[in-house]
Amino acid sequence: MAVLTGQQSPDLQEPAGWRRTKNRIATILMWLSFVLAIVPLIFVLYTVIAKGISVISWQFLTSPIPPSVLPADAGGVGPAVLGTLEITALATVIAVPLGILGAVYLHEYGGGNWLSRFIGFMADVMTGVPSIIMGLFIFSIWVLKFGFSGLAGAFALGALMLPIVIRSTDEMLKLVPDTLREGSYALGASKSRVTLTVVLPAGAAGIVSGALLAVARAAGETAPLLFTILGGLSTANPNPFSGANIALPMLIFQNASSPYPGAQARGWGSALTLIAIAFILMIAARFVTARYARYQR
Amino acid sequence: MSTATQADQAAPGSVPARGLTAGPGLGDRGFRWLALGSGLLVLVILVLIAISTSQQAASWFSTEGWGIFGTVWDPAANKFGATPFIYGTAVTGVIALVMAVPVSIGIALLLTEVVPFRIARPIVYVVDLLAVVPSVVWGLWGILVFAPWIQHIYADIGSAVTGIPVLENLFGPPTSGASFFTAGIILAFMITPIVTSLSREVIATVPAVDREGAYALGATRVEMIRGVVWPHSQGGVVGAVLLGLGRAMGETIAAALVIGSSPTITSHLFSTGYNMPSVIANQFGEATGVFRSALLGLGVLLFAFTIIVNVIARAIVERSARRARGA
Repeated sequence: MAVLTGQQSPDLQEPAGWRRTKNRIATILMWLSFVLAIVPLIFVLYTVIAKGISVISWQFLTSPIPPSVLPADAGGVGPAVLGTLEITALATVIAVPLGILGAVYLHEYGGGNWLSRFIGFMADVMTGVPSIIMGLFIFSIWVLKFGFSGLAGAFALGALMLPIVIRSTDEMLKLVPDTLREGSYALGASKSRVTLTVVLPAGAAGIVSGALLAVARAAGETAPLLFTILGGLSTANPNPFSGANIALPMLIFQNASSPYPGAQARGWGSALTLIAIAFILMIAARFVTARYARYQR
Repeated sequence: MSTATQADQAAPGSVPARGLTAGPGLGDRGFRWLALGSGLLVLVILVLIAISTSQQAASWFSTEGWGIFGTVWDPAANKFGATPFIYGTAVTGVIALVMAVPVSIGIALLLTEVVPFRIARPIVYVVDLLAVVPSVVWGLWGILVFAPWIQHIYADIGSAVTGIPVLENLFGPPTSGASFFTAGIILAFMITPIVTSLSREVIATVPAVDREGAYALGATRVEMIRGVVWPHSQGGVVGAVLLGLGRAMGETIAAALVIGSSPTITSHLFSTGYNMPSVIANQFGEATGVFRSALLGLGVLLFAFTIIVNVIARAIVERSARRARGA
């Protein structure tokens, strides 16, 4: 490399002149890139909190959605909060067990054969499939036959979560020591028993925290819901298994392009609620991981 | 690995030997099939996505033929050409990469080469927070706060470059705050965390011995990065960048709100445009017949593009990771 210029004094201090200047410029640029990344983050969080906090109240979180023309203090976003909770919970119930089982196949049964490597690779690829495609997919195979429903939205979010859960669980299973497995086999336990009572509990904390992060990601998604739950409701549809539904991200999407200040204010309030949900899930995930780390030590 | 496989073969045999009922053996096999089924679900979903959406898009493909790549999108006149959206997707993707990649690599290098672990961890948390902000919240902020603000900057740049060839055609005066460029910037914010974390993983595989060798020869940090870190992690970083491109191509709601929603092909980056996911999101509600079929067809094209980009990117990342392990 041209870098190693040879003739150097044995002085171990930082080299003087242009080389030192260049090194410092590079270090400053690295810090600058960090600053460039957090500036928009700070602006977004500040705006959402500043504009959302004044709107949020218990009444806001539970009341029906008023017409857009009404001011910020009328009504609330109750139906969307209920919809988000129902749909996300359903998606979790569908995707997390399947994702964990899938990872069990990849790591415990496949053991690095071509099929498990191929599935692992495709799971990685699937995490890169745009969320809108999952919405179109469920629209094509489900909604056209059975109509819009919270369940259809949950399928779309579940399809989005599945590869994330598979990948995070797989990483955790890799950390479970083989001696645990061998010890259980030596006691005469069958493979399913070893997996269910020894391997999965040993990795439980990491698996739970990975699943929580997947839920946090899914809860904020709008695009998969556009084609599956329809939206546009003003009163709650408590039955997620039939009929159109509404969720916070969809309400924000509708209100973002609304010219009415009341609707925009409800959009900011919903945004703060949504970010709060995501943060709670993320903190819960960190908490679970931290406890697990202490337990490991 | 091999011990687990041997135990797998031994386990079914040992069950009757213990004089237990056939129950556990059956349950064991059932569990195995359940796990295999769940794993195969990934492949099944990917294949079903391709088949079901293509079926729904069939009438667009058959009525338009090669016309699907036409340049005019006018539902009122039954003209459904995809080129304006493919163009918009490419333009916003490139803008996002141009801005996000240097920043992401900068942060990745900061985390791996400059700061100690206890400072690196909070930085990672903060950068990951960019990914926790939902797409629609970026969109809400983008259209109500960011676009009105940046429109003035566009206007200033636009008047500054008037009369200068090329620049004038790229950065001409804006039509509104919503534009290709605004969408590109918002997408850049959104893909920064993934490009950063993947680049960091790649850079972290550079052997410590190589680093120490370069320092021992008297290299400064930046010289060490150029001489050791960069040649070693180049390939993997390219993969990370491609994955970021895949994300930027498919990111829907934020772009749908700030791109300006007009299907035009223009060199003016500050003018309103459209890309593939945002047109699907914005127009699907009112679409029927061939119109809806065309939107689903755009979805098929988008799916194909992102799958290609992701497969290439993952293959590159995996290959560079394997080489790093071998080295």
